Amino acid sequence: MTDYQPVLLPGTPDLHRIDVYEQHGGYGQARRAMSMSPEEIIDVVKDSGLRGRGGAAFPTGLKWSFMPKDGEKPSYLCVNGDESEPGSFKDRQIFEFNPHLMIEGILIAGRALRIKAAYIYIRGEYEKWVQMVEKAVADAYAKGYVGEKMKETFGGDFTCDIYVHRGAGAYICGEESSLMNSIEGIRPYPRVKPPFPAQVGLWGCPTTINNVETIANIPVILDKGAEWFKSIGAEKHPGPILYGISGHVNKPGVYELPTGMLLTELIYDVAGGIPGDKKVKMVIPGGSSMPPLRGDQLEGVRMDAESLKDVGSAIGTAGIMVMDEDTDITRILTRITHFYKVESCGQCTPCREGTGWMLKVLNRMLDGDGTPKDLDLLHSVAKNIEGNTVCALGDAAAWPVKFTIERFRDELEAELQR
Amino acid sequence: MFTEEELRKVEEHKSHYPDNLSAVMGVLHMYMDKYGHITDEGVTYVASLLDVPEEKVLGVVTFYEMYHQHKTGKYKLQVCTNVSCMLRGSDMVLQTIKDKIGIGIGETTSDGVFSVHEAECLGSCGTAPMMSVNKDYHENLTPEKINELIDQLKAQA
Repeated sequence: MTDYQPVLLPGTPDLHRIDVYEQHGGYGQARRAMSMSPEEIIDVVKDSGLRGRGGAAFPTGLKWSFMPKDGEKPSYLCVNGDESEPGSFKDRQIFEFNPHLMIEGILIAGRALRIKAAYIYIRGEYEKWVQMVEKAVADAYAKGYVGEKMKETFGGDFTCDIYVHRGAGAYICGEESSLMNSIEGIRPYPRVKPPFPAQVGLWGCPTTINNVETIANIPVILDKGAEWFKSIGAEKHPGPILYGISGHVNKPGVYELPTGMLLTELIYDVAGGIPGDKKVKMVIPGGSSMPPLRGDQLEGVRMDAESLKDVGSAIGTAGIMVMDEDTDITRILTRITHFYKVESCGQCTPCREGTGWMLKVLNRMLDGDGTPKDLDLLHSVAKNIEGNTVCALGDAAAWPVKFTIERFRDELEAELQR
Repeated sequence: MFTEEELRKVEEHKSHYPDNLSAVMGVLHMYMDKYGHITDEGVTYVASLLDVPEEKVLGVVTFYEMYHQHKTGKYKLQVCTNVSCMLRGSDMVLQTIKDKIGIGIGETTSDGVFSVHEAECLGSCGTAPMMSVNKDYHENLTPEKINELIDQLKAQA
């Protein structure tokens, strides 16, 4: 797939500037969308097969179709740029290099979902990128692409506002209901579902939450067509995707390529292989929450939602973390578990207490005081967290522990002997 | 407390939402920028600006990592030690800092210039190891880069 031409991050110099973006056809698809009916737009997105790029790979068009067609309450769109999953660093590339593509995507989605306003939620630590996006939004307002002036610019009667909401350092806010509570200004504990956001979302109004990269794909789909999009990558999970490759590779970074690439191709060809030509011990394919794969079982594994499900993992954010043969698995698992303990919001007992107990046992193992029975204990605690919490953070904390023990028991037992 | 210009910024934050409470995070960021940490007095002040109950503001302050209730160093060195950075040398980053200014995670230099914090993944996995110093990211760190950076900061302090 070396002949693939990037569309989300095409590398055009200064594309973040609105004048350059316009020179390359920018905001043309927003203009087109304003003369389409919301249903027509949703149908194109459905036909394209686009699935969410934030972790769950849920079909975007289907999600959009859950929004009410009429009603007294205003509707909202939240664009999720919390990007806090360890191993994920892709949305910031869009903020930095192609923010207007995201803004144009918001306008098209906004028309389809009949929204009053969109909130771009950006993690607080991304101060530099918050400023970049704020500048891009201000420029789009000034050109009449956003807000009241949309009527004059595009014709028609649809208008919407776009605001940037800055987070303040909490992984949980990437969970969609927590994100809405964060915007509402209350403690961002995840909400119990149902009701789902399309019925009861931000301030009790119909709301859709989409990832930054998902939204950035929308103008491209309108421009090139659903058929083109479907022809890229994996049949059941098509389109361009931003792979973030990190850890023990020679050329870490974000690469825009089709879905469904071979994991080995990404590691050895795209990211330049392993320093010192070492072997791979472990790969986490989609951010630290996703079940890890063994280095000796990577042959033939493809990076799309269905293929990864078949091998007992998931695409997540497509943040691929590569670990070589010398990696201490106990230490990695301890660090991952430390993350979930710190980031557990504390609302649900199994997650709040379970992450702490898992960390305690793992620290004991790391200190050389562990026994093989600790592995069974950890596995049992993980299984008691999984599925027993309001949001997916519980599963995200349980899976790395559960699957690392199931797939790397030999390594962990050997490390216990040191 | 806030200047007139800052108060206009508060109004701008409020104008983004149908409910004042939603402006709390933006206003708390402004408070942090100005004072470096949020005291009880700060909580009361922010609550009064937004006309919301103090306990709502406190509930937000205590939830998020970036709102500090206690003073930190003038320069906050936040070292990411999560997996991707660990694999590429976050131990080296912490050791270099320790050798240079004598403090580790959770400590502040006696002159109050530097504090060191362990950070969760800051989204720089492709440019690991990294740390942030206040608002700025410093990526692809090497011992030389860290020493040079600390020297620069010392000179500015």
